[in-house]
Amino acid sequence: MQFIRPVLHSQVCTSARPSARQFLQKLGKSCSFSLNSSSTRLYSTEFFPINDELYGLTDEQKQLRQTIFQFCQKELAPKAQQIDAENDFKDIKKFWRQCGELGLLGVTAPTEYGGLGASYLDHAIVMEEMSRACAAVALSYGAHSNLCVNQIVRHGTDEQKSRYLPKLISGEWIGALAMSEPNAGSDVVSMTMRADKQSDGSYVLNGSKFWITNGPDADVIVVYAKTKPEAGAHGITTFLVERDSPGFSCSRKLDKLGMRGSNTGELVFDGVRVPADRVMGRLDGGVYVLMSGLDIERLLLSAGPLGIMQAACDTAFQYAHIRKAFGQSIGQFQLLQGKMADMYCRLTSGRCYVYSVTRALAQGSRQPMDCAGVILKCAEDATQSALDAIQILGGNGYINEYPAGRLLRDAKLYEIGAGTSEVRRLVIGRAINNIYKS
Amino acid sequence: YIHIINKADMAASKGLKILVGCKRVIDYAVKVRVKPDRSGVVTEGVKHSMNPFDEIAVEEAVRMKEKKLAGEAVAISVGPPQSQETLRTALAMGIDRAIHVEIPLAQLEKLQPIHVSKLLAKVCESEKPDLVILGKQAIDDDCNQTGQMLAALLDWPQATFASKIEPSQDSKQLRVTREVDGGMETIDVSVPAVVTSDLRLNEPRYATLPNIMKAKKKPLAKMSPDQLGVDLQPRQEVISVEDPPVRKAGAKVESVEDLVGKLREKGLVK
Repeated sequence: MQFIRPVLHSQVCTSARPSARQFLQKLGKSCSFSLNSSSTRLYSTEFFPINDELYGLTDEQKQLRQTIFQFCQKELAPKAQQIDAENDFKDIKKFWRQCGELGLLGVTAPTEYGGLGASYLDHAIVMEEMSRACAAVALSYGAHSNLCVNQIVRHGTDEQKSRYLPKLISGEWIGALAMSEPNAGSDVVSMTMRADKQSDGSYVLNGSKFWITNGPDADVIVVYAKTKPEAGAHGITTFLVERDSPGFSCSRKLDKLGMRGSNTGELVFDGVRVPADRVMGRLDGGVYVLMSGLDIERLLLSAGPLGIMQAACDTAFQYAHIRKAFGQSIGQFQLLQGKMADMYCRLTSGRCYVYSVTRALAQGSRQPMDCAGVILKCAEDATQSALDAIQILGGNGYINEYPAGRLLRDAKLYEIGAGTSEVRRLVIGRAINNIYKS
Repeated sequence: YIHIINKADMAASKGLKILVGCKRVIDYAVKVRVKPDRSGVVTEGVKHSMNPFDEIAVEEAVRMKEKKLAGEAVAISVGPPQSQETLRTALAMGIDRAIHVEIPLAQLEKLQPIHVSKLLAKVCESEKPDLVILGKQAIDDDCNQTGQMLAALLDWPQATFASKIEPSQDSKQLRVTREVDGGMETIDVSVPAVVTSDLRLNEPRYATLPNIMKAKKKPLAKMSPDQLGVDLQPRQEVISVEDPPVRKAGAKVESVEDLVGKLREKGLVK
């Protein structure tokens, strides 16, 4: 198989984006001053436009998208390929601080702790634009800002919020959430990690957690463990565990197919002592914290595949109009027009669904059926759109210099994490059954 | 029109009042297309944003406020109704209030720096700023004229292509470092003055969500050219707008003699 490089290779490669400042430099007088390479705000012609009018966004939300887009395209997108290749985001602490300064790590957290006190829709917009730039880092961001921070906002005591939220929101600390275990994924309530009450009121945790996003880097972890194993689902309690607790360790970082750079780990709890005031929510009532959290997690994370679908359109549509074959740009051939149309419709309808459900949640209406539906649809559509992007790029879609392959590997995660597609279908099916229950 | 401020120590005063100009232009990343009738470029449905040099001017004004050199920063934009979005961006970056001089669409295409500078001069008469910061040029017309014309109309000193603005040694003037062809030139200007921003003056900040939300509550006043008594009669007529010629292939030469020979062939050298 022969791979033919297009003449305009540098224009479609993520590592060679023109910038506003470079553009301005060409306009002005030539100076011998060297530009600090971090002082470029990156734009590009490689973006398929988003029509925010369709989604009923407020002016502030449109401006928010612009800001996050500029920020992520400058600070994150140029590094995405390298992060994937190295399976590590070396600058995560610096990036977290930058996010903290923009208030992104506590979008839904109260302002008294440094949060923005904004809505789930605002949070989804941030997640979407970050995912468009680098899906792996966005996943870590989602785990930190929603799975960890938002759960503390919803269930923490004032003391717990004061202790943990400020540093999590400023970006000084990285947060994670641990529920799944090596033998308990879909059947998460069958978890076996124990939390045994001690005479002084504290708890000792024993067991291990698996597939934990941010596990290797987290300073604070929301952990679910069985305080009453014989009660099954109703014997789970939520704990807040700190990284430097004796007995706690991350035994390994997992080598994944995609989302490389979003460090995922196995966490080992070997007699980890947790004081009584680190119990979050009701004792033995953790399943409600877990399940309601899962709904919001699914909703927020569904903006991840949205971003991936947008990135797929960004890459593939531009390529289709630059690459020529048989005397014209390939985007003008019907079979590719069809593919682009399908990609567009998946993206746009997905966005409408996600934004609608976030708005409903903001009004106080949480529907497990739609929270599952939204991520079920977007995840499967993202995988399909990524496949289409690879196909449109043809031979170049198969080379790792182009982002299409990474989009596919990253998209696939969303069909599995936060409840597999199968579990999501169960949730929806059962909810429908419930409606007809006599 | 003469406006003299109390030349007291700038550090002790309540700070300069700054007026910042922002122009709404076609976004730099857009692939500009010439209209089929060659009367101009396509602007309808095309993404627009704040002129990058103006973003730098806005950032400088906000930084001067943060350093307590300035007490108030006002943004002004001369343009169509959509210029309000540009002003909202400025407000979200930290500007206190905004003024929109709305130009009817029919006159928009023929608006020239001479008209804009006259409008700004009129606004300066009522606002009485101590410092006007404009972007050195707009990326759509590349004129690099408005700042200089404004200074001339007001009879104020000007410091163009600024890469640094700070108080002078005696704190009674502004010390501006300018980027010129030969290198850098540092001058002291007394206020009120007009300064135009160059690329390396600063790096503009991102508008954070809390500031975007606060911006909605900041005042945005509207004015018309008639109210300001400025005549927008065009002084120039655009005959045609065309694409730049397609770049032709060059030729490589082996030696200096070859080069001179080729230049002679083309009649470029005797």
